[in-house]
Amino acid sequence: MSAALSDALFTRSVRKLGAVALFFWRLLAQCGPALARPRLIVNQIYNAGARSLVIIMLSGLFVGMVLALQGFDLLQRFGSEEALGTAAALALLKELAPVITALLFAGRAGTSLTSEIGLMRATDQLTAMQMMAVDPLRYIAAPRFLGGVVAMPLLGAVFSIIGLFGAQLVGVKLMGVDRGAFWSQMQSSVGLKDVVEGVVKSAVFGLACSLIAVYEGYYAEPTAAGVGLATTRTVVASSVLILLLDYVLTACFI
Amino acid sequence: MRRPWKVRQPDGALRGWCVTDPDKPAPTPAPAGAEVLIDVRGVSYAIDGHPVFDGLDLTVRRGRITGIMGPSGTGKTTLLRLMTAQSAPDRGQVLVWGRDLATLKSAEVFAMRKRIGMLFQNGALLTDLDVFENVAFPVREHTDLPEPLLRTLVLTKLQAVGLRGAADLAPAELSGGMARRVALARAIVMDPELLIYDEPFVGLDPISRGMIVRLIRQMNEALGITSVVVSHDVPELSLIAHDSYLLSGGRVVAAGTPQDLRDSSLAVVRQFMEGSAEGPVPFHYPAPDYFQSLLAVEDP
Repeated sequence: MSAALSDALFTRSVRKLGAVALFFWRLLAQCGPALARPRLIVNQIYNAGARSLVIIMLSGLFVGMVLALQGFDLLQRFGSEEALGTAAALALLKELAPVITALLFAGRAGTSLTSEIGLMRATDQLTAMQMMAVDPLRYIAAPRFLGGVVAMPLLGAVFSIIGLFGAQLVGVKLMGVDRGAFWSQMQSSVGLKDVVEGVVKSAVFGLACSLIAVYEGYYAEPTAAGVGLATTRTVVASSVLILLLDYVLTACFI
Repeated sequence: MRRPWKVRQPDGALRGWCVTDPDKPAPTPAPAGAEVLIDVRGVSYAIDGHPVFDGLDLTVRRGRITGIMGPSGTGKTTLLRLMTAQSAPDRGQVLVWGRDLATLKSAEVFAMRKRIGMLFQNGALLTDLDVFENVAFPVREHTDLPEPLLRTLVLTKLQAVGLRGAADLAPAELSGGMARRVALARAIVMDPELLIYDEPFVGLDPISRGMIVRLIRQMNEALGITSVVVSHDVPELSLIAHDSYLLSGGRVVAAGTPQDLRDSSLAVVRQFMEGSAEGPVPFHYPAPDYFQSLLAVEDP
């Protein structure tokens, strides 16, 4: 890569980062006024959260089941099958539930947010609001952002619970691990700190995914191709950012 | 040229078509002392380096209907964006109610917009609200009207555009013309002092078009609302506009009453008013020689 090209890429990245930071600041300023209309936020929690429940629950169930199979295979080699509950719980709570939920959230709710706001931009709805002296950041962007931020930790919790159920289903019913050992070892080994780590990760991922989705939709080029590109950018940027933040947060908690 | 008005004989038989309503006197010229509401002074504006306006001067007078005409791509909608502070000119000034829009703070722009109603080309209805809530939206946002009063207000406006019965429909269930009429009801629900129409007649059937023409005129006459109508529909604008401007090449090429424009001897005005392909405004986008292009395709 030539020096000029890398300079241009660097400049563009810094500019984009600055634009997102500025947008985030303006969005935060509008979150307070947006709270005055809780119905809008509840609607968005329903849109981003409740409508993602089926995919989250199905994924959680299968991830938990696979985790139990792999965990049992590994632990059996050391004669520690009873630790399956602990291994599944720690893996789900600290890592898999926040990360996979966030990736699924970016694909399901993030794309929906971006395309919805982008289409509003393309059909002049945002401009019409501005002309009616209503700030679209307050009426459109802030409730969707807050809805995503609230929905993500809840979805992460559902993923963990269903995942544990799936792990117990396979580990206890199929592989024959003792039910008492499965739950008691989990209870004695998993602490509040592990739960907090998962909740903090979910909240941070929710904030990042919602911010990217709302930003990309808000500044989407007002054409069919522009909205499509913005939706793609939402998934790509969210996914990379989730994995990057996951590393940073894990390092902070260890 | 479209001729929207039927002229009938006393016995009801169709006598013919007319471009002006025979029952309505022609609009009168602007009085010299009428107060200027919008003043566009020497505005230059470019989009991505392509000049749209170059020293544009134009005034909109209070209580009058001002028509802004011009071929497609001359920047009519861009001019509306400049008038409503959605964009800022590169050079020159846009004064609305005597205040330079470039000097206004965000809160002042929003305060000014509460006095303006705007009808968008595609209606721009909010898709997650039904017709009633779309019309009620600005009222709910800016006032604390009790629900019964708000309901009466919204239904009054919907009745005015003939869509009271469609109050419960979603925007997706409306035809293009109906959506435009709902958008008009929304634009007038706050009783604005200035109403801006962006291509209000495009894609409407003759009945809806006639109704919109009558509504624009009625609101101007009954409520004294100042109106700016951007359109390239010459017959409709001729019916209602008190003052007209014809834009071309980034400037005003003709101004006056619709009759002045019809009587103009300027080639560009004649071409536009008569809808001719031949004239100073080229119909074809600049391109290499036609035959050379065709031969180049055949040549391997």
